[in-house]
Amino acid sequence: MNTPEKAAPKRTGEWPLFEVFIRGQHGLSHRHVGSLHAPDAEMAIKNARDVYTRRNEGVSIWVVEAEAIHASAPGEKEALYDPSNDKVYRHPTFFDVPEEVGHM
Amino acid sequence: MYAQMIQSTGKGVKSLDEMDPTERAFQERIDAGGKIEPKDWMPAGYRKNLIRQIGQHAHSEIIGQLPEGNWITRAPTLERKAILLAKVQDEAGHGLYLYCAAETLGITRDEMFEALNEGRMKYSSIFNYPTLTWADMGAVGWLVDGAAIMNQVPLQRTSYGPYARAMVRICKEESFHQRQGFDIMMKMCAGSEAQKRMAQDALNRFWYPSLMMFGPSDAESVHSAQSMAWKIKMNTNDELRQKFVDQTVPQAEYLGLTVPDETIKWNDEKGGYDFAEPDWTEFYDVLAGNGPCNHDRLETRKQAWDDGAWVREGMLAHAAKKRTAKVAAE
Ligand SMILES: [Fe+2]
Ligand SMILES: [Fe+2]
Repeated sequence: MNTPEKAAPKRTGEWPLFEVFIRGQHGLSHRHVGSLHAPDAEMAIKNARDVYTRRNEGVSIWVVEAEAIHASAPGEKEALYDPSNDKVYRHPTFFDVPEEVGHM
Repeated sequence: MYAQMIQSTGKGVKSLDEMDPTERAFQERIDAGGKIEPKDWMPAGYRKNLIRQIGQHAHSEIIGQLPEGNWITRAPTLERKAILLAKVQDEAGHGLYLYCAAETLGITRDEMFEALNEGRMKYSSIFNYPTLTWADMGAVGWLVDGAAIMNQVPLQRTSYGPYARAMVRICKEESFHQRQGFDIMMKMCAGSEAQKRMAQDALNRFWYPSLMMFGPSDAESVHSAQSMAWKIKMNTNDELRQKFVDQTVPQAEYLGLTVPDETIKWNDEKGGYDFAEPDWTEFYDVLAGNGPCNHDRLETRKQAWDDGAWVREGMLAHAAKKRTAKVAAE
């Protein structure tokens, strides 16, 4: 997410920052594409249409005020992700399937 | 380029041994091709440099709309008008992507606008030249966007995640810009004698300013060495300029136009053209604010900002009113 480490102090008169998510043509999930400023969510969607979908990039737009996003801290990387590293059996390649069994 | 003469700490590049463990981990991540994201630790100089560079790049996209916007109402056909309008709209988008990337570093967009309006932040020298004829729309797309692409394509691999992602979006849109410019040039060059003269005149005026976009030779520059170690600059100015010349000269030949440099010559040994340097005194003069259009560009930008104030304020007030009404209804 693009939320800054220490968000610059918001000054009076500035439009809030929204994060923009777009679903492409082929039934995939909404994906973060960038951010923009707008006075409110309705205008954020209109602006997102102009800024991020000028070439048919999407069929659906989500906008979320950047302030409303909670993110994992970069310092927690180990605590969050290390435990999965030693559970190799979660991947199908961990298991040998005899050739005679065929596709599985 | 769209960001020119970016100054770093000026101290020269530290070796890994001279770094404390945090900075060393940061540098090793960059060396290994990893990305730095907004919440990651970064040296203060990296942050500061990036704000300057991305900010200047963003300003260039925004100010860069003016020389072309100048011709939207006077495009020769409705189709050309629609194309130019779409191109200029793209540039506004490029500015927005880049402002957002810079904002992740802890500066607001309005602060950057103010710095631009007050002359504390710069934009590319190229946009301080006038666009006098319709052929200039061809030359700008072909040469100016062409030069920008040279710089932006490698920047897709830059170390700062948000900047790299903005570059990916920009590069996808940029080749349309160059092609529409070259298309205008082809039309003009296949036209009447007068049209051919206009095309040649546009090339004559934009050739050296385009070469200046890459900035003076920086092979010896400590600022550039630091930026390259941080991978926020991917090539030297001379490398990119050479690439640009090598690509552009055959295109000019195809058009039947003459590059305004009598010394230009293919050099078999280096596998590229030898060519004349632009006048760097002119470059510094334009950067210092004395180009033909500096005053005009900045005044237009400031006026647009001031004239838009009532819209920005009105929409905020409207949004606040809607919020209150919603709360009252609940
Ligand atoms: Fe652009
Ligand atoms: Fe462009």
